Amino acid sequence: MQHVPLLHILIVSTALFFIGMYGMFTRRNLITILMSLELMLNSVNINLAAFQRYLYPQQTDGIFLSLFIIIIAAAEAAIAIAIIIHLYRTYHSVDVEDASELKY
Amino acid sequence: MPNLYTILTILLFPLVSFLLLGLTSRRIPKNLAGLFATAMMLISTGASLMVAFNYFTLAPATGHAGNFETIFRFPWLVFNEKLSIDVCIVIDPLTIMMLVVVTFVSAMVHIFSLSYMKGEERFTTYFAFLGLFTFSMLGLVLAGNLFQIYICWELVGVSSFLLIGYYFTKPSAIAAAKKAFIVTRFADLGFLIGILVLSYYGESLDIATLLQRLGNSSDGRFQSASAASFLGLSALAWGLLLVFVGGAGKSAMFPLHIWLPDAMEGPTPVSALIHAATMVVAGVFLVARLFGMFILLPDVMSVITFIGLFSASFAAVIACTQTDIKRILAYSTMSQIGYMMFSLGISNSGDHYLGYTASLFHLFTHAFFKSLLFLGAGAVIHLVHSNEVEKMGGLRKHLPLVHLSFLIACLAIAGVFPLAGFYSKEEILLAAFSANRFVFGVALLTAGLTAFYMFRLYFLIFWGKPADITPHHHGSWLMSIPLLLLTGCTIVVGWLPFGSHISWGGITHHSTINWLFSAAPLGISAFGIAIAYIKYARPSDRTSSSDSAQNWLYRAAFKKFYIDELYLWITHSILTPLVARPFAWFDRNIVDGLIHVVADGVASCYYLFRKMQSGKLQDYLLYFMGGIAAWMIFFFYLWK
Repeated sequence: MQHVPLLHILIVSTALFFIGMYGMFTRRNLITILMSLELMLNSVNINLAAFQRYLYPQQTDGIFLSLFIIIIAAAEAAIAIAIIIHLYRTYHSVDVEDASELKY
Repeated sequence: MPNLYTILTILLFPLVSFLLLGLTSRRIPKNLAGLFATAMMLISTGASLMVAFNYFTLAPATGHAGNFETIFRFPWLVFNEKLSIDVCIVIDPLTIMMLVVVTFVSAMVHIFSLSYMKGEERFTTYFAFLGLFTFSMLGLVLAGNLFQIYICWELVGVSSFLLIGYYFTKPSAIAAAKKAFIVTRFADLGFLIGILVLSYYGESLDIATLLQRLGNSSDGRFQSASAASFLGLSALAWGLLLVFVGGAGKSAMFPLHIWLPDAMEGPTPVSALIHAATMVVAGVFLVARLFGMFILLPDVMSVITFIGLFSASFAAVIACTQTDIKRILAYSTMSQIGYMMFSLGISNSGDHYLGYTASLFHLFTHAFFKSLLFLGAGAVIHLVHSNEVEKMGGLRKHLPLVHLSFLIACLAIAGVFPLAGFYSKEEILLAAFSANRFVFGVALLTAGLTAFYMFRLYFLIFWGKPADITPHHHGSWLMSIPLLLLTGCTIVVGWLPFGSHISWGGITHHSTINWLFSAAPLGISAFGIAIAYIKYARPSDRTSSSDSAQNWLYRAAFKKFYIDELYLWITHSILTPLVARPFAWFDRNIVDGLIHVVADGVASCYYLFRKMQSGKLQDYLLYFMGGIAAWMIFFFYLWK
């Protein structure tokens, strides 16, 4: 446990964040975009937990913050999936390129 | 003092008729609409006759014209403690007389129209417009405030526009309506400036107050107004001249008369209303209303005199040559209104303002016989379906009643004893004789011309070779009632003691007939009638007018002395290229150009930025992430 330095954990979370960002930019499927978003949120959670464990072991703020994020992510996933279902009913597709009418 | 509610009945019933018929024009049966409007008008007429009877007989000592009684006053626009506009209703003998004329003639026109306009598609709208027209004119004569007069003045203009352009599918009717509106509107500009000048110097818009201040040579405001001079005339003279321009436009005085003959495009009963009671007498009424100011300025009075005199003789000459029955009557109206105008103009010199009384007396009698003439012409046109006198002739067998009433009206307008026109024209000539011999001479000559052209018209319509028409429908009894009533009035109204009720300065005139003086006008009228008889009464002489067509004077008069062409030339050759085009260029390129520069700038920015809004989710994501990255770079590296 003690053999894993903080830096490695940060590298993992940064990698996770940019993988999520890459997914958000490149995927066309809305479900995949949603999954990429979850990756980004979880990378933040890892960061928070690591900082709490390594830098401020006496305080619990980081843990609570990441708990909040998990709850918000769940709510957001519920709403996002509802929107996606609705889009699917309207356009018969979950491709983000097809839902580009809201402009100007 | 008349009851306020009676006066409001007179004023508002035509308005009620207009509003109800105008709002429900498609939903109520046509017959009901016509009857409703006529009933409203008859109530109004009854009320005004009652008011006049009470006013002149029960309490005759209420004073002379210009001695106002304000029976209703309501502060409407208060600008400061010195200047406010009060809506008020004022009563003086002039107003009462006008109320009777307007409501009576309007009621006759309503009854006549019930039959004349039968089967028209916009029958209800027609009656609504008649109501509006009557209401505007009643408002005009009851107004005690120049601003109020101006409002009603414009309402009269717009309702005449609506009625002249009633047959709006005919291009000539549209042109005539526009012409009437534009010419009178142009004159009204003068009226408006005149009102502003008068109210600036008189510091009020109330007519009674203005007359007190500017119609009194010892008042300081009068002195300052007549001391300030502009282009050789005093400010007061300019103000009154401009007011007179407005009056001349409505009353069709030369050179603003060009709309009147064209206004014949409207339905014939409307012409009766315009010519006898509502529109053209408004100018005479206005001058009479402000007479206390006009009378102090001899220059303005002589302008009125000579414009009136010229219009009277000029129109009479044109009327001798026209062949359209309604145009002849239109020019005769212009001639008679000219009589009224110059009679007002000469009344400051000579015999105790006799001209004032004479002018209004002529207005009063003229209303009856001129509406009778127009309604008679309407009945003739109804039968013949044409306005051209060439297509008529020998109609006295087809229309005996119309023939009789038309003959009486012609005799009245020619000034034959003992009909109404004789007394009023006699008084005008008497006033002219004592004031200015030149005016008298021209007026006498015009009286002869009047007799000639009226009887030329009469003989052409009712005598001569019978026109081949099928008398399939005569006018109904509804058409006969107004003709009979107006014929009766044409005979009797001359006997009313007009001069002892309506006069200026509290001096009453008792009409006595001086036979020695009357010999000249009666003689010249008889002469005119005789010439008309010789030339036009017999069928074989029908073509004699074409012989005189070679005469240059005849041709010029037939073409109305090229006044219309002159106006067209001025507008097309001078105003359009020299004034209108440069202004249009300035408007199009400078004024509009500035707006376009601003609008195009905004639009090009918009085209630039709207490309950002692609509607693609990932583009927005890119902006979002890019924004965060930019902020982060800014805070970490650039923020010191």
